[in-house]
Amino acid sequence: MADLTTDFLGIKTPNPFWLASAPPTDKEYNVRRAFEAGWGGVVWKTLGSEGPPVVNVNGPRYGAIYGADRRLLGLNNIELITDRPLQTNLEEIARVKADYPDRAIIVSLMVPCDEQAWKDILPLVEETGADGIELNFGCPHGMSERGMGAAVGQVPEYIEMVTRWCKQYYSKPVIVKLTPNITDVRKPAEAAMRGGADAVSLINTINSITSVNLDIMSPEPTIDGKGSHGGYCGPAVKPIAMSMVSEIARNAETKGLPISGIGGVTTWRDAAEFMALGCGNVQVCTAAMTYGFKVVEEMISGLSDWMDEKGYTSTQDFVGMAVPNVTDWQYLNLNYVAKAKIDQDACIKCGRCYAACEDTSHQAISMSADRVFEVIDAECVACNLCVDVCPVEDCISMLPMKAGEVDPRTGKVVEKEYANWTTHPNNPGTCAAE
Amino acid sequence: MPDATPMTPGITSGRLSAETLSENFDDLHPAYAPHEAAVAADRCYFCHDAPCITACPTDIDIPLFIRQIQTGTPEAAAKTILTQNILGGMCARVCPTETLCEEACVREAAEGKPVEIGRLQRFATDTLMDAGKHPFSRAASTGKSVAVVGAGPAGLSCAHRLAMHGHDVVLFDARPKAGGLNEFGIAAYKSTDDFAAQEVDWLLKIGGITVEMGQRLGQDLSLDELQNEYDAVFLGIGLSGVNSLRAAGEEREGVSDAVSFIADLRQASNLTALPVGRDVVVIGGGMTAVDAAVQSKLLGAENVTIVYRRGQDQMGASRFEQDLATSKGVRIIANAQPVAVHGNGAVAEAEFEYTTSNDDKLKGTGETFRLKADQVFKAIGQTLEGAPEMLDLDGRKIAVSAAGATSVKGVWAGGDCASGGDDLTVTAVAEGRDAAEDIHSTLMGGK
Repeated sequence: MADLTTDFLGIKTPNPFWLASAPPTDKEYNVRRAFEAGWGGVVWKTLGSEGPPVVNVNGPRYGAIYGADRRLLGLNNIELITDRPLQTNLEEIARVKADYPDRAIIVSLMVPCDEQAWKDILPLVEETGADGIELNFGCPHGMSERGMGAAVGQVPEYIEMVTRWCKQYYSKPVIVKLTPNITDVRKPAEAAMRGGADAVSLINTINSITSVNLDIMSPEPTIDGKGSHGGYCGPAVKPIAMSMVSEIARNAETKGLPISGIGGVTTWRDAAEFMALGCGNVQVCTAAMTYGFKVVEEMISGLSDWMDEKGYTSTQDFVGMAVPNVTDWQYLNLNYVAKAKIDQDACIKCGRCYAACEDTSHQAISMSADRVFEVIDAECVACNLCVDVCPVEDCISMLPMKAGEVDPRTGKVVEKEYANWTTHPNNPGTCAAE
Repeated sequence: MPDATPMTPGITSGRLSAETLSENFDDLHPAYAPHEAAVAADRCYFCHDAPCITACPTDIDIPLFIRQIQTGTPEAAAKTILTQNILGGMCARVCPTETLCEEACVREAAEGKPVEIGRLQRFATDTLMDAGKHPFSRAASTGKSVAVVGAGPAGLSCAHRLAMHGHDVVLFDARPKAGGLNEFGIAAYKSTDDFAAQEVDWLLKIGGITVEMGQRLGQDLSLDELQNEYDAVFLGIGLSGVNSLRAAGEEREGVSDAVSFIADLRQASNLTALPVGRDVVVIGGGMTAVDAAVQSKLLGAENVTIVYRRGQDQMGASRFEQDLATSKGVRIIANAQPVAVHGNGAVAEAEFEYTTSNDDKLKGTGETFRLKADQVFKAIGQTLEGAPEMLDLDGRKIAVSAAGATSVKGVWAGGDCASGGDDLTVTAVAEGRDAAEDIHSTLMGGK
């Protein structure tokens, strides 16, 4: 079994699976149970300044999007930061950290954007013995209306300023958690880096309304007839999160900046994918909130088995391995030609490929009277839609054509050489797209 | 405690307690709860030009109605079903889906587990009917009237479609209750809670249909009179005759028709009072044989045996029905034909001869065996009886065109009495509906 020990910012944990700052990490009871269940670390739910804690709504805080059989695909929340006293949280953090020295405890923080507020809280956190802090610049609801959370994360100058204060008044690693509710995620990441951040973590939740109650005409979750946007998370946001992670991982300005990946990590494979895109570890929330802490067992066994199969001995071996293959559209090889191929033995004759191709794509699949579906190579552009809608795994595959063969669609010989849009004669000005 | 037990010799009632009987005759396929229906509906792939539709004799748009269930609109799903098949509620219960839509389901090919189309159909139609809604209304009156003879699936379907088109319909039936085989045939566990009668009541909500019970064609009614009195006539008179065994001793006490036993059982208000033998032998291989055998067992018969003259794979009852029978403890003996029914007065034994078949030609091997029997049910097929002589026949059935027109102008026929199609409820519904459309276009000057 592969060793999953992961070193992130010098913080060693037995595996790369941390629980994200969220309800599961709000108190000692939960965090102890999470560690017993096998989680490598936690980011303790966000602490605010000393004084009366925030007040949460007393109605539904969550809304969900379901797939088949009420499988939860997306979750939305309007919960705020911890609503327990600062002192209580600090005492609990210190106690749990003392009992679990091999696990990471990162303290998530969100205080007003003035230097004194940070100067006040950071020494208190330092005293707990926690391994680092994560700056919550991402919470998209409630706190952002008070000038914190995403309101800071959307202004790179603020990120840089606050990060600098934290590096000044706190000795351990500082992770900046980024909001996805922004046009270009590279800008806040660069700001964090300029401010001296040791790492960024992303994504925080996405502004969302999960559903509308059509009887009372109110967004869900509904509090006394009104709803507010919440933060969206869970499996549905993973593609968005991975794209943002990859942007930072391959950005020249932020290259090498450690990343903690967050956003819909539900299985070992999700974790491996985030890590391949440059994340040193991952943070999980919705999977735990859906299935309980036990899900980490599958993540541990799955990642470990996969590493054994691939011959990786450390998680560091594959972190970032997919980054060089993330490129801009303009550099994709236009001389690469593939054709769909339907495995007739595997085909169950549902005709979904036909309907999709005939109605919405390239009319490149034929259907016979006895329901044999075949690809018409002269029409197929290898768009992959048939593969995506086919209910049978591996029934339809995309086979690359060999150099020298003639593409029946274009009548042109498939070239061996790589050629992209920047050199293609059809590209206006044959220059890179801006 | 019942007086008798399964071991009590002879034909007697009360072999099982009322509680056991009530459990035994409970719904074969219980209705889905809403979440179960949602999960089952999610399995549908919404196939293009779906094979299940092709396999359905009434061409129900199955992927569409399943998607309507999936999106939380089961009543819209019901309308999709009922537009094609007004007896969609009964068909959901009695259709041999395993040889129709569900056999054609691509998930049957993929994983041997089709989408449960029948149960989903029932969920949709039950939802609508439980809400007391009838989703169709009549067109403006055409001033035309049509006589529909036979209130079984074909007649009901025809009558409803005609009424919908604005014609006035009089629906005749020889029996005291409408429903035909839905009411008098079919195993009780497939139509619980008096569903057949409820469905008839619901169907009649369309309006414009007058029901006349106890009117038998050839006795109380004649085709001539009907033709004179009505603008068109539809015959859905079923097969009221029963084939005989042509075996010695057939007349012995204890030998009866399976269809009568099934009808008695369906009409019985108290199953503890319904007699059944200790050793029951059912001769035949169709659905009627299985329905009679399984219900004998469920009533408390100790030994029930189905004997079929050809190979088991040639039985008219589907594999699912055969498995249902064996799972209830019924024994199936294939390749044996009846030779004689023995006994001193009442039946005591049934004698059979093993058979082989060469090019579909059945031959006795000469080797015989006897089964202990105090009750023998004949389930070897029904025949057309009482068809008006002026109608041409096709083999042993009334000859009809694809649209259901008989050889006599102004007379249509459908269901089991007419040629073409399998003798299934769903086929009868399709034939009744199609004949109604043809009658409508004929009456309205379409041809």
